[in-house]
Amino acid sequence: MSELVETLQYYFTFPFVKYAMIVGLLIALCSSLLGVTLVLKRFSFIGDGLSHVAFGAMAVSTVLSVSLKQMSGGESRFAKLLEDTNGMIIIIPLTLLAAVLLLRTGQNTKIKGDAAIAMISVGALAIGYMLINLFSASANVSGDVCSTLFGSTSILTLTVEEVWLCAAMAVIVLAVFIIFYNRIFSVTFDESFAKASGIKSDSYNLLIAVITALIIVLAMNLVGSLLISALIIFPSLSAMRVFKSFKGVILCSSVISVVCAGIGIIASILFSTPVGSTIVTADIAVFFIFCGVAAICRRN
Amino acid sequence: MGKQIECKNCTLGYEGVPVTEGISFTVNSGDYLCILGENGSGKSTLIKALLGLRPVMSGELQWIESKQGEIGYLPQQTVVQRDFPASVKEIVRSGCLAKFGFHPFYRREEKELADKTMEQLGIKDLEDHCYRELSGGQQQRVLLARALCAAGRILLLDEPVTGLDPKAQNDLYELISKLNKEGLTIIMVSHDIHAAVRYATHVLHIGSKKQLFYGTKEDYVGSRLGQSFIMSEEEEEDHE
Repeated sequence: MSELVETLQYYFTFPFVKYAMIVGLLIALCSSLLGVTLVLKRFSFIGDGLSHVAFGAMAVSTVLSVSLKQMSGGESRFAKLLEDTNGMIIIIPLTLLAAVLLLRTGQNTKIKGDAAIAMISVGALAIGYMLINLFSASANVSGDVCSTLFGSTSILTLTVEEVWLCAAMAVIVLAVFIIFYNRIFSVTFDESFAKASGIKSDSYNLLIAVITALIIVLAMNLVGSLLISALIIFPSLSAMRVFKSFKGVILCSSVISVVCAGIGIIASILFSTPVGSTIVTADIAVFFIFCGVAAICRRN
Repeated sequence: MGKQIECKNCTLGYEGVPVTEGISFTVNSGDYLCILGENGSGKSTLIKALLGLRPVMSGELQWIESKQGEIGYLPQQTVVQRDFPASVKEIVRSGCLAKFGFHPFYRREEKELADKTMEQLGIKDLEDHCYRELSGGQQQRVLLARALCAAGRILLLDEPVTGLDPKAQNDLYELISKLNKEGLTIIMVSHDIHAAVRYATHVLHIGSKKQLFYGTKEDYVGSRLGQSFIMSEEEEEDHE
């Protein structure tokens, strides 16, 4: 045991491990807050869809920066900007756009909401992979793709600026959530009543979609784009097994999410497992524990 | 007995396609108006118009002595709500949101209003219970309490007894009738003709394309339309 603690202490002397921990916990907190609303509104799959769009957008930005560099002989300013921001100036707008589009189609009956999400998500995944394969300059294409999808190492290569960006985003999400908490509850529970009593539910839906898109872009670093939905869905589903009030569910799901992210990151350091899937495994374990607790409570 | 809502020769519809035309009625304070009509006759469009969510295509829908926002609305239950983890207290309080302007948290007067309403409807002892574990009748009471928190002097009910067992249906009708006698104006959309005849003071009957009847309950029961509608409903029940 003391050996493990020593190993941990040794690892935490490295700044990048500390950064990974801070960013991981913040992202886990934000995604679990949103998760409750998304699950209850039957929007669980929007997270999945958006994460695939973010993957596609990342492919586009990689390809753009490589080909721009080749064309201009390494002097393109836009290519440099893309590299400096990790492609965020393309990924964030595209994901936001997809979020707004998905929300619109949810209300439009021509293509049903779930079909639209499936369409956009698979489409973005396919096109993203094709672009990377066709244009990538990297020798290890499948390694690149794998790390984007499962987030194997990018959380350990965070810079100080990225940590600050992440912290700022987390503060914004938290503030929005606390200020609009009662209204988000009302819109989630009953949109038609909320509308009738003068709450602009369309704007709140838009707000939720925008925040979801931002969190997904951030969370790609942590768990990769395939596993983001797990961060959003599992903690809230676990909390819903046991707690009976909205506030209880929200608080419990954020605690679960933060604890699981912490355990997952530490375990992945100690046993050198991939970060994302370790966190998700912890989330799954908690889900089954809570299912058991709920079953026992019901019997008594 | 002031006029609260006046609707003159209104056309209602979606995206430029009229669903029903020539709707005219008035709602006075203390009325119990029952809106009858088959599916697709424009009942839900009328509700949206009354709530101000959709403009009328032509004609006039006027609010007198009360504002549009002062209407308490009891919508039909949705699938989302059936397994929603929320306490009764949280749901009833959410009815107060629009009334007191924008604050991040509930203030004392909002909490007091919610408490008072829950007592009035006899659900105060359920306030910490989980909504999804209540019976259908209790759930409707919770939603009614929320609507009352939002209501000024008018309550708009959309098929309030759907899915309830006969005993719970009856209880809910009696409760609504009691609220009406205490001075609240009730507008109820329903296809339960017997309840309309028993409790309402006025009846508005919409057919597909146009208004079939508007007047007092007594006139409706005496009219040929009312008679045939009551008869056909009874026949249907006999078949069942």
